[in-house]
Amino acid sequence: MKTAVVLGATSGIARALAGELAREGYGLILAGRDLEELEALAADLGVRYGTLARARRFDALDEKSHPAFVEECLEEAVREFGGELEGVVLAYGYLGDQKRAERDFEEARRIVETNFVSCVSVLHPFAAHMEQRGRGWLCVFSSVAGDRGRQSNYMYGAAKGGLSLFLQGLRNRLARSGVRVLTVKPGFVDTAMTFGKEGMMLVASPEAVARGVMKALKKGRDVVYVPGFWRWIMAGVRAVPERVFKKMSL
Amino acid sequence: MEVSLSGWGRYPVQRCRVYRPESLRALKEVVVSGEERSVLARGLGRAYGDAALNEGAGVILQTRRNRFLNFDEAAGVLRCEAGVSLAEILDVFVPRGYFLPVTPGTKFVTLGGAIASDVHGKNHHKDGSISNFILDFDLLTADGEIVRCTPRENADLFWATVGGMGLTGVILRASLRLVPISSSYLRVDYFKARNIDEAFEVFEATDEQYQYSVAWIDCLAGGRSLGRSVLMRGNHVPAEALPEKLRGEPLATGKKGKLVVPFDFPSVTLNYASIRAFNALYYRVSKGTPGVVVHYDPFFYPLDSVLHWNRLYGRRGFLQYQVVFPFETSREGLIALLERLAKDRRSSFLAVLKRFGAEGPGLLSFPRPGYTLALDIPFRDAGLFGFLREMDEWVLRMGGRVYLTKDAELAPEIFEAMYPRLGQFREIKGRIDPENRFSSSLARRLRVVEGVQ
Repeated sequence: MKTAVVLGATSGIARALAGELAREGYGLILAGRDLEELEALAADLGVRYGTLARARRFDALDEKSHPAFVEECLEEAVREFGGELEGVVLAYGYLGDQKRAERDFEEARRIVETNFVSCVSVLHPFAAHMEQRGRGWLCVFSSVAGDRGRQSNYMYGAAKGGLSLFLQGLRNRLARSGVRVLTVKPGFVDTAMTFGKEGMMLVASPEAVARGVMKALKKGRDVVYVPGFWRWIMAGVRAVPERVFKKMSL
Repeated sequence: MEVSLSGWGRYPVQRCRVYRPESLRALKEVVVSGEERSVLARGLGRAYGDAALNEGAGVILQTRRNRFLNFDEAAGVLRCEAGVSLAEILDVFVPRGYFLPVTPGTKFVTLGGAIASDVHGKNHHKDGSISNFILDFDLLTADGEIVRCTPRENADLFWATVGGMGLTGVILRASLRLVPISSSYLRVDYFKARNIDEAFEVFEATDEQYQYSVAWIDCLAGGRSLGRSVLMRGNHVPAEALPEKLRGEPLATGKKGKLVVPFDFPSVTLNYASIRAFNALYYRVSKGTPGVVVHYDPFFYPLDSVLHWNRLYGRRGFLQYQVVFPFETSREGLIALLERLAKDRRSSFLAVLKRFGAEGPGLLSFPRPGYTLALDIPFRDAGLFGFLREMDEWVLRMGGRVYLTKDAELAPEIFEAMYPRLGQFREIKGRIDPENRFSSSLARRLRVVEGVQ
């Protein structure tokens, strides 16, 4: 059975995407901090789609544990699922509190570390394995917030922007080996992260986003905005000259 | 997040603070943190009145806690989180040859909501309400503990929670016994009854032959035609007995295409004349023919194909009114009710009549032996409340009761007289939740728990 690991599997989007992968016949390793929730998720995928799903503990901020975690995932794919690890979904993130991050470096550090540093730490060993094997894919959730720095969330935006650039380089590096890298840039999605927050318009359901990502993955796209219209919104946002943009309150 | 919230009847509308936890930890936090004076779990908001509202306090949406946890194929027992909807269960399990043991008239309710209302279906005369098929559930109580309840283990809490309107705690997970089917179709016999007496006669003579039985009443017909109705009674069809053209896919699920009512209809759309025309037409076109093969979706959920059909009633909404009369007083009770409805020109689009079977042990469960009538009454003027108060008193005098899940207007003393096991419920509630962490607008209006704020 071809297998994929989902990092941060308890988020709404990850859960929906795991469902799409299960429908495509993937066995799943669901990774995150809350083992109880992961077990429930694994059971759900098993009952709904008849697929094999396993829960595994993963802490993004404990980078020292990442090499062993990656090794275990690779082994588990062979041992439990009888195949190779085919794909990695990275779906976790930390929105954080922009205002707090401006005063408190620890909050700023946590935003950068969760959304950028830890991704480098866990994606590199997976990428190295896939590069060597000459196949596989990485599907990583960045954000439209990374397309342009704005006063309302530039810490999160900076970390996600860094992640997007990292993925660009990684894609460039892995292209010759046949390993694909998909950068996902979701707009506002109806998840626990956004629920009850003000100013959320055009909110998409996690299921709709997951279907968009699955389509992009199958087509071998490099970057996908979900829902698609965000590509045009962000093109507009990027086109505003900095001279004007810096005076806007976004 | 503070929002204006209402039940499916769109009356009343109240400000509540809404939470939507996805993990158990987040859910527990809302319950025990003390941030809210009181909290209440809510599913898909299909209760009509104020049963799933908690004005000025916390409402916990359960819709993201909807995972299937286990399915025991041999026993047909599904274990899942309470936020799973009946629609999801049908989508996943009908193709595998299983059906819901009991279903209300909409599939867009959560399992938790169905348990909290102890819902009944068209098979109540045979199978009782949904609690007969709930093997166990886990209840998150006010102190943050998780209590496993079955009809044997913590039985008092089990029967207080079943039909308990969410006031004992948050149902986290439950096990439901599904029933095997070999096709998703029913063979339905239609019968036109000329008046209420003929309807009663046919129900009594033939109900035992049918798993499902219900009648649509033209509630505007009067005089000798009072209570004229179309009886619809059906049984599951085995796959091998299906007509040729349906045998290719005997376990087909419902159609996905949906008609959506996109905006509020002007209230005048539903006036006396249009409702009269609709009812007369419905009575005329319904076939009197026996043995029609019908898919479960239109048979059980005729209104679900029109999403947001509640908007048909305009912005002011409507009140659902469902009552049950004991057999001894059913005829007298129903005739008086239908006559008053016609006299006051408080017409109902939809009036549904059915015969209930035995009463279950749920302390606040609605069904009891007798005839039940459900009405949609458009909210046109405040005079409606006086009218309903009179009706409530009439129902009580006849030994009947009103369904809490649809209620928005009952008075506490009438409610207390209608539900004789309320004392037992109060005793258990006082023990499990002495500070009333779980409350609702309905609980306060009806003083379900005395001294409740």
